[in-house]
Amino acid sequence: MPSPEDLQRRIEDAIPGARADVKDLTGGGDHFRATVVAPGFADLSRIEQHRQVYAVFGSEIGGPIHALSLETRAE
Amino acid sequence: MSDNPVREAIQEAIADHEIILFMKGTPERPMCGFSARTTAALEALGTEYAAVDVLPDPRIRQELSAISNWPTIPQLFVKGELVGGCDIVTELYESGELAQALGVEAPEEAPQHAPAAAEPGAPPLTIDNNLVDRRSA
Repeated sequence: MPSPEDLQRRIEDAIPGARADVKDLTGGGDHFRATVVAPGFADLSRIEQHRQVYAVFGSEIGGPIHALSLETRAE
Repeated sequence: MSDNPVREAIQEAIADHEIILFMKGTPERPMCGFSARTTAALEALGTEYAAVDVLPDPRIRQELSAISNWPTIPQLFVKGELVGGCDIVTELYESGELAQALGVEAPEEAPQHAPAAAEPGAPPLTIDNNLVDRRSA
């Protein structure tokens, strides 16, 4: 079962300069909310920012990670 | 004959409807909190939209995500383009940009904060693959 710390570390490792704050919304280890701030988001649309974060987890989204709610920004 | 009728049906639906929401359940009976929240934002703007329930057939979700390169449900399309899922639609609603993204006038009385979604309705889960066109409702 993934922990918020796992998700945070994986996002920060995968996206250059990213800082992530991840919360387990239900305590059940499958519904998370992440706020991700990364300098590389500056030139990306919201859709592309979210896609980059989802891409870190691939097919785990919808599987072990049932839901990952996102808020992304550049600064 | 198409190799992939489900994918073609989805592409056609996206092309044929200016505003179309792929969701779990129906606008009247959303089956997931994220879908409920997204429909609530659309309803608050008085938007007419088509809605497709992805639950009756897992291939809908699979093919939709392959087309859109977006892993989660709901997914809102406007004029053939993916606008986003629940988070982005809610953000756009709260910043006042959603009406513009949808090409509709924002009602003056629209609340500033995203409307709270009703609790997802309980089953029965109906098997219904037909597009619900809200304009004819």
